[in-house]
Amino acid sequence: MQVTLKLFASLSPCLPPGAVRNKVDLEVDSNTTILGLLDSHHVPREKCHLVLLNGVFHAPEERDKVALKEGDVLAVWPPVAGG
Amino acid sequence: MGWTGKVLRIDLSNGTSKSEPLNMEWADKYLGQRGLASKYLVEEVDPKADPLGPENKLIMATGPLTGTCASTGGRYSVITKGPLTGAIACSNSGGYFGAELKFAGWDMVIFEGQSPKPVYVTIFDDDVQLRDASDIWGKSVWDADKYIKSTHQDQMIHVAAIGVAGENEVLYSCVVNDLHRAAGRSGVGAVMGNKNIKAVAVRGTGGVKVKDFKAFMDATNAGKKVLKDNAVTGEGLPAYGTQVLMNVINEAGAMPTRNGADVQFEGAGDISAEAMAEPRRTDGKPNLLTNQACFGCTIACGRISKVDETHFTIQNKPEYWHASGGLEYEAAWALGSATGTNDLEALTYVNFICNEQGIDPISFGATVGAAMELYETGVIDDKVTGGIELKFGSAEALVQCVELTGKAEGFGKELGMGSKRLTEKYGKPELSMTVKGQEFPAYDPRGIQGMGLTYATSNRGACHLRSYTVASEILGIPEKTDPLETDGKAGLVKAFQDATAAVDSSGLCVFTTFAWTLEDIAPQVDAACEGNWSVDKLLEAGERIWNMERIFNNQAGFTAADDNLPQRLLKDAAKTGPAEGLVAGLDKMLPEYYELRGWTQEGVPTNETLERLAV
Repeated sequence: MQVTLKLFASLSPCLPPGAVRNKVDLEVDSNTTILGLLDSHHVPREKCHLVLLNGVFHAPEERDKVALKEGDVLAVWPPVAGG
Repeated sequence: MGWTGKVLRIDLSNGTSKSEPLNMEWADKYLGQRGLASKYLVEEVDPKADPLGPENKLIMATGPLTGTCASTGGRYSVITKGPLTGAIACSNSGGYFGAELKFAGWDMVIFEGQSPKPVYVTIFDDDVQLRDASDIWGKSVWDADKYIKSTHQDQMIHVAAIGVAGENEVLYSCVVNDLHRAAGRSGVGAVMGNKNIKAVAVRGTGGVKVKDFKAFMDATNAGKKVLKDNAVTGEGLPAYGTQVLMNVINEAGAMPTRNGADVQFEGAGDISAEAMAEPRRTDGKPNLLTNQACFGCTIACGRISKVDETHFTIQNKPEYWHASGGLEYEAAWALGSATGTNDLEALTYVNFICNEQGIDPISFGATVGAAMELYETGVIDDKVTGGIELKFGSAEALVQCVELTGKAEGFGKELGMGSKRLTEKYGKPELSMTVKGQEFPAYDPRGIQGMGLTYATSNRGACHLRSYTVASEILGIPEKTDPLETDGKAGLVKAFQDATAAVDSSGLCVFTTFAWTLEDIAPQVDAACEGNWSVDKLLEAGERIWNMERIFNNQAGFTAADDNLPQRLLKDAAKTGPAEGLVAGLDKMLPEYYELRGWTQEGVPTNETLERLAV
């Protein structure tokens, strides 16, 4: 199935070739979890502060339990802020 | 100490100035800067006074930590009755001006009356002069800065000036210091223009004394270590600035887009922090050159950018082929998402013009967004706009608008009224995304519910900086709460409002609170100032300040009916994203907020509350 991975700020270098504007579409197995997808792209777990699946935050303890679905958008940031 | 103990009072009508002692009894209750200067304002200005009349006063105020080696200790505020809102206004700025004012020996400067002719004020330590400004009236902030430094042959002078927008009393004009730091909101620049003050130039050769030097060094060094070790203040903000929020807020479905009709902007990625750092296709260079720090700041979140010289905005204007203040998140949102424009170079140029001419980019961009909706729905046409094809997404139209607004020429004169007056004029007040007449900033309350209550109850009109619950609701600072929930948000907003009022009164930057709590700040204030400044005392001062501001507004004529949001946010559900189907749940939060504040359900502080806080 296809999902979209978006990595921002200092996590951008973990995106695979072909990514445009911090975003890439990927083919993944149907049982892939949030954490599984991030681990497969060597995104440092300790840097994954803000993890939004379709815009909704998922806490660290949920990330190895939530399986991705077709068309999901996973967006991840290190600790950031603004105002 | 911390305070200099001196207030400079300038009577513009008579052209005189005098020094008077700071009211230390008030300083013990209101700390400094926002709180203390607001106390002076409410004691001296009739709440019903015309903001653009000689009876209004304008105060430039520092905090006790301004000019010290505390990290970010360079802040000052401009306090007045705001012309955009008719409410109390307090706009905070960084740069170097505030610290220099302290070095010159002044906690605050109170401007009263109205000069019969344009002047600029020089404050060189104790030497205060009102000088003829006829050579720089009609010129930009940047020209005024250059002229004053050149005339007085001193590049160490720091200047806070208005551009032509302030001279023309554009209702959201700002006071710009150090070329591109601004006391930006609520139209404080229009008050300065109304008083015929083009600029205030300061040069100080003194220092700032603190109560206990060793304790102060220990506390400020400990604070700096916290900022350095924190991933947000030590890494994220210096590298990406506030603009890193562009993608965050868009993904969270809380990005007000095209005058708030949508909550996600398809062009957000094109105008984000990440896009600013990418090499451009045209010249291979990135928009962002470097970050920059204000006085004493160890975070350094500021952006310095350069527009592509071949871009249509400046290809024939070499005077703009230089580096200057780049896009911060709020400006990028207002000029970009609110108008549906994704041309990063155009937004950067328009932001330059806002700095150069002293225009608040938040209210300007939001007002253009409202005007675009009036145009696209056929309410106004080319005849009204003077031929500007005012369609959402048009960078050309945005540029034409900014070039006319500061000068108050053509359709720019109407834009300079702000979106409330503009939409009322054309019979569509519901298209103004404002609270108390001030345009709301870059967070849609349908997707971040706490911000709805924040905007509705902000004492200076819609504002994110009065209680930045985004930190908790989206960013997880200090702890994560659900942005789509209304439960618990009344308490959250009150806590942020009180703590922020204290920070805004200290001389420190509110961005420190991404890493610091009041537990980090209290020892720094206490080591600098007499008065046993504990966390509890800071919070009590913050709550006292909030109530004082509220009373001023109530006496000015505001009521609970003004603690409201645009109907679009209350009636039209978000179309996409996590908040799809939701409206702002203000009615679920406001009664509890009043109760927690110790106010009646009409929004009036009870006698018991006022006695408890000794307002």
